[in-house]
Amino acid sequence: MSAQLIAENLFTEDMSALLGARNTDTGQIFFPLPLRPADNIEPIALASRGTVWTYTVQRFPPKSPYLGPVDPEKFKPYVVAYVELPGQTMVESRLTGVEPDDVKIGMNVELTAIPLDPDAPEAEQKLIHAFKPVQGE
Amino acid sequence: MSDVCIVGAGIHPFGRTEGRDGMDQGVFAVKQALKDTGIEWKDIEFAFGGSAASGAADTMVSQLGLTGIQFINVSNGCATGGSALNAAASAIKSGEYDIGMAVGFDKHPRGAFNADPASYGLPNWYGEAGYMLTTQFFGAKIMRYLHEHDLSRETLGRIAEKAFRNGAKTDHAWRRSEVDLETIMNAPMISDPLNKYMFCSPAEGAVALILASEKKAKELGMPLIRLKTSVMRTRPPGSFEVFAASIDVERGGTATELAAKAAFEQAGMGPEDIDVAQLQDTEAGAEIMHMAENGFCPHGDQEQWLIEGRTEINGELPVNTDGGCLACGEPIGASGLRQVYENVVQLRGTAGERQVPGNPKTGYTQVYGAPGVSAVTILQR
Repeated sequence: MSAQLIAENLFTEDMSALLGARNTDTGQIFFPLPLRPADNIEPIALASRGTVWTYTVQRFPPKSPYLGPVDPEKFKPYVVAYVELPGQTMVESRLTGVEPDDVKIGMNVELTAIPLDPDAPEAEQKLIHAFKPVQGE
Repeated sequence: MSDVCIVGAGIHPFGRTEGRDGMDQGVFAVKQALKDTGIEWKDIEFAFGGSAASGAADTMVSQLGLTGIQFINVSNGCATGGSALNAAASAIKSGEYDIGMAVGFDKHPRGAFNADPASYGLPNWYGEAGYMLTTQFFGAKIMRYLHEHDLSRETLGRIAEKAFRNGAKTDHAWRRSEVDLETIMNAPMISDPLNKYMFCSPAEGAVALILASEKKAKELGMPLIRLKTSVMRTRPPGSFEVFAASIDVERGGTATELAAKAAFEQAGMGPEDIDVAQLQDTEAGAEIMHMAENGFCPHGDQEQWLIEGRTEINGELPVNTDGGCLACGEPIGASGLRQVYENVVQLRGTAGERQVPGNPKTGYTQVYGAPGVSAVTILQR
């Protein structure tokens, strides 16, 4: 048994893209897929590359229902950004592979998946979506 | 249509009061407002009231007296107080009643508000993965705003410094000590670029306002403080609100812009006519954005305004003269009414140490909150 995704319908089956939703009446694209299906909502694979539109840093361990590490000794601040996927939507996502103080608005990033608690045994790991800086830039 | 006047105001000090629940703080504020007006509870014809976490307002009749009045509970999130005031004003404008009350109160546990994803229509993973925090939203929103409008992070510190300076002069404030800019800027970060001095905390407190028709106000012999307008608006497309797993690429306006525009139109005034303003400052960034969204200054001019002291008590447009949410804390049900209370005190000229000089005649309030609501009032003496 290896790491599991934190939820269904978060990624496309091949994990290459996030699964968004398109409103067929208005054309609006958003994320994630709504909990309840509707006639005017269709799934859409979102772009896997985008740019950081804005961000913040979570500096203290969140309370319940957070499932990541909350031990103040072990907690590492994490970056939460809105990533602009051109022509689609701006997705709220963790950033990985970049220190909080090095994040810049406008930086190019691409989709990946990271364990919510990297120290957990692999069988218990839950994967969440994140974006990382595009290499070579 | 009758003009609506505010003829009485009462407040229970904000902050922490051990041993007194939110409802009792509400009753305290009501009794103070009655005394301020020089009337008794039996003279009140109707009431609108609410709290987010301290029970149904109408049950306070058991403490105030079973006079049989119409008492309607209001539950409208951060706009609860504003909505109660709005409804009370409508009841008088309609001619159905001559005198009534709007009351808001709350008592929240310590620490940031805890939120449940399902109640916002969000999947559980959103909370489990660490996104269900209001502080993140405020940080991300003002981070973008500072970037777009080329404002320094010190602008945030200047807002907090002013809030504590004004709070130190305010009887009903919670934080009553000044904090210097250097201390503020070096404080631990909560959600970048906002640190611990730049966020308000959930708190306790209550406010009651007594409203009357112009005819009734004259009978009572009260100074005529007219409620020129009370407007509440919800968000337009493309606004940036709390707990959004995605936001539209095409950006839009804000609920505050809609409410401000409607309020100025209804009052027949413009931002230049306002003498004192209380603007929502859940965190320091909110006051910066709201200075512009309400039309008081162009986007991007805020830092210069602060450096020049234009929003200080003795400036040309004093903002948050009682220290706002940053110094008073935020009991959700009472917060919007506190702003109106402060303007009543300022227009009467009884604000003591924090009194705006020059005999202010017009006061503006704006409360903003989840899930994208904004309520504005304009008072005129």
